[in-house]
Amino acid sequence: MISQDDRSFPGSVDREHDDELAFSWHHDIETVPTLIKGSSQSEDERTVGWSQAEWQRITGIDSLGADLPVMRPGCGSMSVDPNLIDTLRARFAGDGLAAREVEFAQAEDPFEAMFERGWTDGLPVVPPTRERVLQMLEGTTRAPDEVVAVAPPDLVELTVEKIAVNAVMAGCRPEYLPWVIAAIEAVCNDTFNMHGLLATTMPVGPVLICNGPGTKAIGMNSGINVFGQGNRANLTIGRAVQLVIRNVGGGRPGEVDRATHGSPSKISFCFAEDEAGSPFRPLSVQRGIDEGVDAITVFAGEGPKCIVDQLARTPEQLIATLADALMGLHHRKLVVGFDVVLVVSPDHSRIFHEAKWSDPEVLEALYAATARPGAELVRGVGGIAEGVPEGFGEIPSLPKFRPDGILLAHAGGGAGLFSSMIGGWVNGEMGSDPVTVEVRP
Amino acid sequence: MSENLVLDPTAERAPATRTRLARPESLDGQTIGLLDISKPRGDVFLDEIERQLVERGAKVQRYKKPTFSKPAPVDLRHEIATQCTLVIEALAD
Repeated sequence: MISQDDRSFPGSVDREHDDELAFSWHHDIETVPTLIKGSSQSEDERTVGWSQAEWQRITGIDSLGADLPVMRPGCGSMSVDPNLIDTLRARFAGDGLAAREVEFAQAEDPFEAMFERGWTDGLPVVPPTRERVLQMLEGTTRAPDEVVAVAPPDLVELTVEKIAVNAVMAGCRPEYLPWVIAAIEAVCNDTFNMHGLLATTMPVGPVLICNGPGTKAIGMNSGINVFGQGNRANLTIGRAVQLVIRNVGGGRPGEVDRATHGSPSKISFCFAEDEAGSPFRPLSVQRGIDEGVDAITVFAGEGPKCIVDQLARTPEQLIATLADALMGLHHRKLVVGFDVVLVVSPDHSRIFHEAKWSDPEVLEALYAATARPGAELVRGVGGIAEGVPEGFGEIPSLPKFRPDGILLAHAGGGAGLFSSMIGGWVNGEMGSDPVTVEVRP
Repeated sequence: MSENLVLDPTAERAPATRTRLARPESLDGQTIGLLDISKPRGDVFLDEIERQLVERGAKVQRYKKPTFSKPAPVDLRHEIATQCTLVIEALAD
């Protein structure tokens, strides 16, 4: 007879007290009473709750509890109490964590201590206790020691566990973890070139664009104030990626990161696409992922820039405005070297929808409308020293964007005849190419 | 759950605990700050320390916190850091 909480119950029999709840934890007791038949080595059978017939059958005592009600469902075991389970898991599960423990002095405020150690982005972080990290790891089926990527700039092997530690600090919930891991996979490679992104003096960071039904399941925002404050999933997933690079990779401002201005987007820039209201295919589908599959596209981008047009009523008029704004990306006379994400709002996308334009039509029109004669873009023209080299002056039509250099997405609140553009860093071999990956549990 | 025991979020390339500064080899040429935190009789302790240090040829400067219940003001810390090479803080009643 083993008793969990009341040392004196039941009074009539010899009993042991499960002080640390070790017995209950190791025997998966979810309900009290539970009757188990077997030896210390093996369990033959068990019954959960009080069933007079079952207890009599298993014990072989025909008169057992004859005066009690025939059946009672029992109560929840203390070993599955939501307030205790994380502590018990940390104590008993043989948690398989490898990170070393850091103990702050008794008089230290852990929040201040984490600032002092350089573990934060300038905002407070949640203390990554063993319990919280274990809880975070419940969000993925991957083993804590699985190496997900090699993190720049220090080229450190990045385990699921270290990502989970930083996800806790960023304020993520466990169900966000697969998205953080996917984003890390997407940025830590030669194609995306997170190292270069970190080291460049340009004001760019990884912009995470999320697609698929999972975005709704974890409560991401694709609507009102989509790039702004107020949504935990959007903000903490983006922040977790940055904390991983900072803390594990060693990429800190003033060290490898020597950006001239930086950008608020380097704290966190993550959003979901509004797929339901979009005339376009989801960005992930445009980039080769199956419809309905959770995916993240990472883009080396700066902050969003608003494009206003409240008078356009035809797709041609709207394309003209969007193209004009896109020409201004970084410098009107610099072409092909930078990609862009164009985020069309619902009010603007309605114009395309009514004209039955989807992403291929919109993109084709944008590429055409952003090409200019080389003579307009050559260095020195218009009194502007910057521009393309002399030799390009003879080319009749120079595209502003390389093929696939415009990424088309749909997001934002239902009111506002504005769209938004997110300018990219140097593209291709010299810089970064966008990467799209599936989000796996 | 104690929030004072956490898992290291870094690549663990630096020691988890900070090491103490090396002990100075001699007092020659050192300027030693004696900080009285304003606890009663801290001055008695520091007077004796000062006497012994001066006897050994050290230069001593005295400082006092406005109150023991709050951290030293930034200006005071700056003053000590710029004027001294070593500091001794009197904690006791």
